[in-house]
Amino acid sequence: MTARILVVDDDPAVAEMIGIVLRADGFETEFCDHGDKALAIFRETHPDVVLLDLMLPGRSGIDICRDIRAESGVPIIMLTAKSDTVDVVLGLESGADDYVPKPFKPRELIARVRARLRRNDSAAPSVVRIGDLEIDVTGHRVTRAGEVIQLTPLEFDVLVTLARSPGQVFTREVLLEDVWGYRHAADTRLVNVHIQRLRAKIERDPENPEIVVTVRGVGYKAGGVSS
Amino acid sequence: MGAAAAAPSRRLAGQWRRSLLFRVGATTLLIGLGTVALLGAYVNAQIRDGLVETRVDRILQQSAQDASTAQDDIDASPAENTNDLQQLVDDVTDKLRVLGGDDRKLVLLQSPSNNTGVPITTGGNPELVNIISEDMQASVAAGTPQSWQFVPMPDGTPAVVVGSNLDIRNAGPHELYFFYPLQAEQQTLSLIQRVLGLGAGMLVALVVFMTWWVTNQAVRPVRDAARVASRLAEGRLSERMKVRGNDEMATLARTFNEMAESLQRQITRMEELSRLQRRFVSDVSHELRTPLTTVRMASDVLYDARSDFSPEVARSAELLSGQLDRFETLLADLLEISRIDAGAARLEFEEISIADVVRDEAEAMGHPARNVGVELRLWVADGEHIASMDRPRVGRIIRNLLSNAVEHAQGHPVDIGVESNGRAVAVVVRDYGIGLTQQQADRVFDRFWRADAARARTMGGTGLGLSIAREDARLHGGKLEAWGRPGEGASFRLLLPRTSRGLGQDAPLQIVLRESEFESLGPRRVLEAHPDPEYTESTS
Repeated sequence: MTARILVVDDDPAVAEMIGIVLRADGFETEFCDHGDKALAIFRETHPDVVLLDLMLPGRSGIDICRDIRAESGVPIIMLTAKSDTVDVVLGLESGADDYVPKPFKPRELIARVRARLRRNDSAAPSVVRIGDLEIDVTGHRVTRAGEVIQLTPLEFDVLVTLARSPGQVFTREVLLEDVWGYRHAADTRLVNVHIQRLRAKIERDPENPEIVVTVRGVGYKAGGVSS
Repeated sequence: MGAAAAAPSRRLAGQWRRSLLFRVGATTLLIGLGTVALLGAYVNAQIRDGLVETRVDRILQQSAQDASTAQDDIDASPAENTNDLQQLVDDVTDKLRVLGGDDRKLVLLQSPSNNTGVPITTGGNPELVNIISEDMQASVAAGTPQSWQFVPMPDGTPAVVVGSNLDIRNAGPHELYFFYPLQAEQQTLSLIQRVLGLGAGMLVALVVFMTWWVTNQAVRPVRDAARVASRLAEGRLSERMKVRGNDEMATLARTFNEMAESLQRQITRMEELSRLQRRFVSDVSHELRTPLTTVRMASDVLYDARSDFSPEVARSAELLSGQLDRFETLLADLLEISRIDAGAARLEFEEISIADVVRDEAEAMGHPARNVGVELRLWVADGEHIASMDRPRVGRIIRNLLSNAVEHAQGHPVDIGVESNGRAVAVVVRDYGIGLTQQQADRVFDRFWRADAARARTMGGTGLGLSIAREDARLHGGKLEAWGRPGEGASFRLLLPRTSRGLGQDAPLQIVLRESEFESLGPRRVLEAHPDPEYTESTS
């Protein structure tokens, strides 16, 4: 099944070029050139990945990101002309999974999209426990005492990656490679922001995390909270 | 003890240097005290001499008179035998006691030359006998009519002793001494001294106070000016001095304010210009990115399909792609510089080992370095090298240093040393290539500066790399320094503070290290070749 990509960008040349590149790699493409229409087109087309420009006429990319996140966990990749810290962090905090700074190479874009489409295909046990959480890997469900916790696919991937090797410390770089598919050192803020989002959902007290524990100066590991 | 005394004296010395008021006050106090002391001593001596002289005149007069009365009485007496003579002496001394009053004491002694052998009790108080000096006795014995001398009485009061000869008929020559205590004079003198001292003290206090007050009047506006100037220096440009009256101080304040006004105008204008310029650069960079994104992708599509084209077109696609890389890096660097200039750079600190950062960057640089025949050698000292840093920025510093070193290494190896102490971590990147002169080393961080204007950049540097690296180091509160010598290579040292406490005094590594010194630093770390060099380029 070919994956469908929604490209939200107001510059027609960029959008068309992205379309050419994606189609050449066998993706299906949908386009949107105005912020106000983005959510409607998203609902209509049910894309597998959204490429979202942050500077749009009408509704801003950040707002659209929140709108989509409110109703779907679909992977969102921001296309940022500004690589300023504030914008990137704001975008990630509003729910984007990853970002590609403009200008980018086609291969880089494809790699990012593929990484988001890749699922944790499991030869490993399909149910993992960590602390008082039960993770159904094949069913893509996380439950605490029978209660389902909603996670985006990316957050789910981060949690499963950590939970499969309890106690092992993952550096941010390793997580970037395992979860995001970066093959060389990239922006570790991606990891920081998403770990925080994940903690907000799964930790009893996000200020004192017990499931995803920070190892100072190194990275993160799954904590061994026994239920 | 010495240390305890040193602290206040140091504080005084500090005061002396810093405070004009203190200096003037202290000087006045010293000069005032000195003058008053000299004057007081002179006046005191004059009064004392005057007092004593009059008294001594009277004493000499009285004792001469009494001595001759006594001699007359003795000469007129018919006494011959010892008993009569004894009676005579007792009578005479009693009379002298009555004549002289209670204060005057007297002593009668046999002269040393007396050999009559007539035993007469003279009744001299032995304490008084003791204070008669030998000089005095000799002078009396020599027949000086009225020898006198100042002596202290046994109870300490000053006194005058007057000696004269008394010839007691058959009993032979005797010496008669009168003691006149100067108690009254002593009391008068101390009263005068007390009054003088009090007056002097008040005079000095008054002078010091007046000086302090007058100096304060003059110094206060200067202090005000200093305070306002330091506020101006802090950037509070609207700070002004108060103008009071129409005197010299008011002129100072007015002139000062005019200067501040003009400064403020200039600075505001410069700030505005600089803000506009930064804004422009930043806008241009952003606006360029959108079309560049399309061009970039289009160029890559052409590049990937170049095997389908004729050789000329294929080569064109290659050139286009290559130069686009350069263009992009330049744009990114420009944007970064404008962001740093605008003070908009934000750092996200993490506790990381700089050794890991250096190893990662060295591994990533390994492939391009090998392409130009340069070996990267990493030496890491024992211990942990963790510091609080912004990982991407520090990575970029190291990357810039490495690519600069590789570019200028001319096929020689490049040594990278890592060491740290309690306050700072240090990285030294040393090449043994063409090197730099001292002047060049000073300019190497200038934007777009080239050691040799005619030489092309082979590694695709933008000419901004080292400038950005230095700014990045500065943003961390660290330092980036360069050393070079033509033909011997160049060396760059990065110092980063471990914490917000700063770098401290001693740096962990020298700016320049010899090849052997790298080896003594610690074991050489093996660099793993990165499997996909192309990907490395695209993310760097």
